Amino acid sequence: MNRFGYTRAGDVAEAVHAAAGDDAAQFIAGGTNLVDLMKERIAAPSRLIDITRLPLRAVKSLPDGGLEIGALVSNSDVAYHPEVASRYPLLSQAILAGASPQLRNMASTGGNLLQRTRCYYFYDAALPCNKRAPGSGCPARDGVNRIHAILGASEHCIAVHPSDMCVALAALAATVHVTGPAGARAIEFAEFHRLPGDAPERDTTLQPGELVTAVALPREGFAAHSTYLKVRDRHSYAFALVSVAVGLRMVDGTIAEARLALGGVAHKPWRDPTAEALLRGQRPDDALFAAVGEHLVRDARGCGHNDFKIALVRRAVVRALQQAVAGGPRA
Amino acid sequence: MTTHVGERVSRVDGRAKVTGKARYAAEHAAPDLVHGFVIGSAVARGTITRIDASQALALPGVLQVFTHENAPRLARGDKRWRDELAPPGSPFRPLQDAEIRWSGQPIALVVADSLELARHAASLVRVEVAPAPHETDLEAHRERAYKPPPHERPSVTPPSRGSADKAFARAPVRVQAEYRVPVEHHNPMEPFATTVVVDEDGTLTVYDKTQGVQNVQSYLTTIFGAEAGEIRVLAPFVGGAFGSGLRPQYQVVLAVLAARQLQRSVRVALTRQQMFTIGHRPTTWQRLSLAATRDGALAAAIHEAVAETSRFEDYSETVVDWTGLMYRCDNVRFAHEVVALDLFTPMDMRAPGAMWGVYALECAMDELAVALAVDPLELRLINYAEHDGNEKRPYSSKELRACYHQAAERFGWSQRDPEPRSMRDGDLLVGWGMATGAWESTQRKASARAVLTADGRLAVASATEDIGTGTYTAMTQIAADALGLPLERVTFKLGDSALASAPVEGGSFTVASVGSAVDAVCRELRSKLLKLAQQLEGSPLARLRPEDVEFIGGLLRARADPSRALTFAEVLHRAGIDHLADEVTTRPSKAHEKYSRYTHSAAFAEVKVDPELGTIRVTRVVTAIAGGRVINPKTAESQVIGSVVWGIGAALQEHSVIDHALGRFITHNLADYHVPVHADVPDIEVILVEERDEIVNALGAKGLGEIGVVAVAPAIANAVWHATGKRIRELPITLDKLL
Repeated sequence: MNRFGYTRAGDVAEAVHAAAGDDAAQFIAGGTNLVDLMKERIAAPSRLIDITRLPLRAVKSLPDGGLEIGALVSNSDVAYHPEVASRYPLLSQAILAGASPQLRNMASTGGNLLQRTRCYYFYDAALPCNKRAPGSGCPARDGVNRIHAILGASEHCIAVHPSDMCVALAALAATVHVTGPAGARAIEFAEFHRLPGDAPERDTTLQPGELVTAVALPREGFAAHSTYLKVRDRHSYAFALVSVAVGLRMVDGTIAEARLALGGVAHKPWRDPTAEALLRGQRPDDALFAAVGEHLVRDARGCGHNDFKIALVRRAVVRALQQAVAGGPRA
Repeated sequence: MTTHVGERVSRVDGRAKVTGKARYAAEHAAPDLVHGFVIGSAVARGTITRIDASQALALPGVLQVFTHENAPRLARGDKRWRDELAPPGSPFRPLQDAEIRWSGQPIALVVADSLELARHAASLVRVEVAPAPHETDLEAHRERAYKPPPHERPSVTPPSRGSADKAFARAPVRVQAEYRVPVEHHNPMEPFATTVVVDEDGTLTVYDKTQGVQNVQSYLTTIFGAEAGEIRVLAPFVGGAFGSGLRPQYQVVLAVLAARQLQRSVRVALTRQQMFTIGHRPTTWQRLSLAATRDGALAAAIHEAVAETSRFEDYSETVVDWTGLMYRCDNVRFAHEVVALDLFTPMDMRAPGAMWGVYALECAMDELAVALAVDPLELRLINYAEHDGNEKRPYSSKELRACYHQAAERFGWSQRDPEPRSMRDGDLLVGWGMATGAWESTQRKASARAVLTADGRLAVASATEDIGTGTYTAMTQIAADALGLPLERVTFKLGDSALASAPVEGGSFTVASVGSAVDAVCRELRSKLLKLAQQLEGSPLARLRPEDVEFIGGLLRARADPSRALTFAEVLHRAGIDHLADEVTTRPSKAHEKYSRYTHSAAFAEVKVDPELGTIRVTRVVTAIAGGRVINPKTAESQVIGSVVWGIGAALQEHSVIDHALGRFITHNLADYHVPVHADVPDIEVILVEERDEIVNALGAKGLGEIGVVAVAPAIANAVWHATGKRIRELPITLDKLL
């Protein structure tokens, strides 16, 4: 861990002001990822700006019928919030599929969005990694890549985004509210995380000094027909090999609207509107679901150890859609 | 007569552990303590050409950066570096030369006022290395395999017998398969750590995380050329070890080196990531060839194994012997070889050798049962070994049949449909599998000292360890029974190199070895006390034969007349002495040579497999253990439950993944290196089968630290086959292998 300064901000303006002009400063909330990254010398902030005193802990109903979740609301509080649990069970399920109770109690909503990849090579400062040390290379591509991306990867990086919550937020088409030196703005969830391209060091489209203040959910929560299916190497406390978030609006046995996002397969939660379009107006059917799965992996490419994820996505998509039609995950 | 042995006694150190009073190696305080942080090599092989520590040394509070350039030259010659458990070869010597032998090898120690500063300063040390090509892939280099020189344990691979290859070729039913198992790391919760306290007279008190305080003490004394009294090693509490603490680890050398050079108290603790730079269970390739007559009798068994060792030591373990031991077979061939790789020397890890060897054998037996269309349990019974075929001698005891019967009964094995994919729970495939386990039961030379004081209290001590196994509790029970004292009047001390000699805490032999010494020394005190009591003027016990006097609740009492009694305190007081003391050394009896001594087990497992997603859940395990007399059923069951959890991890999760291009373990934290979490662990039923054995030792206890783990992974692997019809012969069985 490097030596760093520490500032405690009282409100959003103060926090943004404190960060302005110092690209090496970082905001800290729960610290469940950042502190580990600092210990491993993956993050070396000049200064930590403690935002835990900021008034961002509310869950509020919005005039348009949506729900706004303050950036500092803990993952546990979101998952167990009665409005979230009843109107957006997909989000609750996704959060509870991740980490451990202790971590969820500490981790914040904003911080969950900013989790960094769990790529082995990223996590070992003695090794090359384009995400950690741009230009140093990507040993994962020809190395051990069982947990890596099959969609949207680049020659520079095949890391995947580790969050479960974000997969649900992608399916729910949430909006991320941020405030920075240039003022406040809203970012559509699909635009918040980015693909690695030739700049894998950048996980998101946040501009320097911007602070996540809230995540807003639209009115439609797909409460009657949603599921979060997480496939992993052990039954708790493991990152997804593949996960599927599904939300369906069913009218008279027909899929009126469909949302589907994948986790564990790409540098960002993977949402493909063309796959969703295949479901719209259709009656649920396993052959249709298989076609959707097939469609989702049409451009997928494995690197060897992760080839199995392509088959796994196909199967997991079918299972998740079946579950969503039935009303939710099976015990 | 009060008895504590055989009772469900709660851990005598339990309160100290849950209240934090029990201190571990990195928790001992010392005035002006400074902290060392280890820098490890990033490459697997090469030569250090330059180390620039100037930036680190420029930081206020950084005391020194020790490297091979400035570290004192320690003892010369391999022999002096060989600890009690070193395999043949040339042990690693930290900071003694510029050569890099494995990725993660310690190449510098930064010492600073605080741990954080030392760790930060370590990031500023620039190391230049001339890399050399490395080889870390066992499969890729199997052609370099050679027969390792004999190690103290195991002795040597037993001779092959009969003509296995011919018999195999002629037999009507044959199976042959290759099995692959990965590297595993022990990952005890307490990382390796040492706190060296420099005392006023210059002597060193070394709090170390170890399974052998005397092994570490003699090692340090030798390599530093110190006087015997100059270094004392303590390890009163050890937070798990599983074999990783049998040999001195490099951090203890670095901590002592720094403390001697700086004349300051020093602490060095490894990070979890650095815990993957030490010894590990070796990756092993195996081929099993089993042949049988149509009625299921084994006609031939060939067990070949190639395991990994380092370039500098010939580590080997007992992998193939089990095949000649566990079943009756006249035609057996063994082949056990190793390949030297650019990795650190492997280390014993809970049931070393048996873990992998029995896994392969028991999966092959399952395959043979399928080929014969015989029930897997029936096949084991058909080939039940009444004698040890390797050594051609009887077992001291073997209640394996009872293990099979009792565990099968509890599990409901008779309800199993032999057809794979035939049993279902809703959409899930259900599989039932079973396997046999065996592990050696040994006794080593050990000593214990006991002191009975005038207040009627008994203090017993031996330089053994309690690595979470319950040694404190078991020894207290044994001592209390020998003298008829209540538990609260007995204390047992361990984990101090200055105490009576004991072997390392490992090999499941602590109760048999140290327990025998404790029992013997307490019985010696009992005789002395009785003699004293009978010599007292007007003694109520005068002229009674020893067997007519009972020791109960701190009293000596005539069996025939309870009114004729004396308290221990009265005896000492009236005899005019303030304490009685003795030290006794026990050794294995001569009878040992005439018998083979093993513990046995049977494990039955149920798995449920998602047919589309490949996810596997272990839903039930029943295991029966025959391990001789059980000193404490509560800690014994805990030991076996923990073993089963280990078996689940080995079968389904644990895998230290090496990037062979980099020559480095890359799953080096507990997020990437999976062990079972609660959600992975089902109800586990442990049956401790009654087994009397008067040969193993006076207590009749065979040891339970390892036997519980041996049969679990193959039982699960066999259950996965039964559920899915897929024979996955490479551990861990992760879902991708089932897709």
